[in-house]
Amino acid sequence: MILWFTIAQIVVAVIAGVLATALGLARRPPSDLSLGGAALVGVLLLAQVVLAIVGPAFGNAPSGNPYEFWAYLVSAVIIPPVAILWALIERSRWATVVVGIACLSIAIMLYRMEIIWTVQSA
Amino acid sequence: MTAPEAPPRRARRITGIGVVLVAVYGILALAATGRSTVQILTDFSEAPLAYALSGLAAVVYILATVALVAPGRFWYRVAWVTISFELLFVLTVGTLSIVDAQLFPRDTVWSYYGLGYVLVPLVLPVLGMLWLSRHRPASEEIGS
Repeated sequence: MILWFTIAQIVVAVIAGVLATALGLARRPPSDLSLGGAALVGVLLLAQVVLAIVGPAFGNAPSGNPYEFWAYLVSAVIIPPVAILWALIERSRWATVVVGIACLSIAIMLYRMEIIWTVQSA
Repeated sequence: MTAPEAPPRRARRITGIGVVLVAVYGILALAATGRSTVQILTDFSEAPLAYALSGLAAVVYILATVALVAPGRFWYRVAWVTISFELLFVLTVGTLSIVDAQLFPRDTVWSYYGLGYVLVPLVLPVLGMLWLSRHRPASEEIGS
């Protein structure tokens, strides 16, 4: 993981999460805006996967348990598509809130992943 | 006396904000299961107590997710029991992690009252109980 990129992802995820949650609480059904934020989070996570695969070849390897790191990352990658798909089917304002909560959860997971990568010892 | 031709429709418990609750429990179940499986399979001797609790957390979250979605009085009670245990564990492990950190050379999701997860593990069972107390299953359900 690269710290500035992790921070950027967390910022995007928090903004997307707060935005979708607020839109949902304001009774808006899922929209391009609320789902677009989640989609962006998902794309960035895919870039994160690439970084995590390639990193060790450049001397950037996790200090903690790599399996634990990947368990988090795989869980995180699954969440945006599932949340978006579900919101497209359900189309209620609570679905919008769920998309927001999903983005905020990913922000927390990114924080945990950064800790496993940099602080925790294997 | 007429017998009903079909079983009466069970009240769908998950409406509105309950959906959000189930989603959060589902996300926690997913993350906790992945994490604890890896921890137990690859690193168990490092921190057996912590990782066993990690596994227990995954089971609790999966059970809570299922119990919140499934209709009927039985699952309603299961949900109450599960969420009560969840709160008990958060408070117990949280306190232990502070007064006797040696027990946990590795963090668990419940360490420091879930501080490493923005206190979600602490707040969630409380919200779950609030929701359950306001959404009892319909009393005219047959066979539950």
